[in-house]
Amino acid sequence: MMQAVAAIPPFERFYEERKDEILGYLARLLGREAAEDAFQETFLRALRAYGKLEHGRHLRAWVFTIATRVAVDERRRATPVAEAQDVPVHDERPVYAELEHLAGELPPTERAAVVLRYGYDLSYDDIGAALGSNAEAARAAASSGVRRLRRKEAS
Amino acid sequence: MTTVPDSLDRRFRDAAASAGLLDVAYDFADSPIGTLLVAASGRGVCRISFDPEPERELEALARAFGARVLRTPGPVDEARRELEEYFEGARHEFDLPVDLSPLPAFQRSVLEELVRVPYGRVDTYGGLAGRIGRPRAARAVGGALNRNPVPIVVPCHRIVGASGSLVGYAGGLERKRALLGLEGAILAG
Repeated sequence: MMQAVAAIPPFERFYEERKDEILGYLARLLGREAAEDAFQETFLRALRAYGKLEHGRHLRAWVFTIATRVAVDERRRATPVAEAQDVPVHDERPVYAELEHLAGELPPTERAAVVLRYGYDLSYDDIGAALGSNAEAARAAASSGVRRLRRKEAS
Repeated sequence: MTTVPDSLDRRFRDAAASAGLLDVAYDFADSPIGTLLVAASGRGVCRISFDPEPERELEALARAFGARVLRTPGPVDEARRELEEYFEGARHEFDLPVDLSPLPAFQRSVLEELVRVPYGRVDTYGGLAGRIGRPRAARAVGGALNRNPVPIVVPCHRIVGASGSLVGYAGGLERKRALLGLEGAILAG
């Protein structure tokens, strides 16, 4: 029996479904003003790659990946910061909910990992892909980010 | 919940078109016979739809031309302007390039011949069949016209039955009558 491959939707539909969420995500990472340029860059990159997609699965994680790379590039250009250190892991959702307002002070990789995990519920596999690393590194970055948030709150 | 402001949305859509990243650009146009969806590929106008149901139209465009289908007005501005002039009676011929490339060869030959039927005149299904060298194919010609993706610009409304009756039109006979009326074509019945 033929199994339907997840069809690639017309770009218009994909864009309409994802645009608000992606702008919100970029605003959390970069602030509202810088987010607008990053938004355009994200969807232009998505559009460039869209014709080469082989199926329509995981499009949400895919566009978050692109947005993350755009944001991390942008932040690295703006403010060079130290990389995260590896640390152990727990579910830190409640902490994130309280401390999200401080996330702007995290280094870009940690910040993206924390926001994607606790703000948008992406899996560590997807976050690892978004960060150009792997699930373990994503988990470590998210965890380190949350610890840093706690320290910032305490200080 | 963040909402993308219209200015940013518009900026992205324009940038996408300017960068040449689209398989198909489309927008809507008001006309005396209802709202039209007008779409253009890189080669020319590839779809004009009456009563557009965007979901279905976009799927069909994506299948025929590629998935990078985006609503953006720039690339269809010229088509909208020519249509507006046509509906004002100021334009009798379209200068727009038309993209019929995804169509089967027979249908393309019918539609390419159809463009030669002048403004305000009509021909018959059999007449058009004869002109493409397939005099017995009147019925197949009817089928090809019924699936014309670019009505108005490719003027399938100018083809009528042997008795001069309107016979059929994918956009509905009322629209066919309105278009022929606008052109001042004289009809039987």
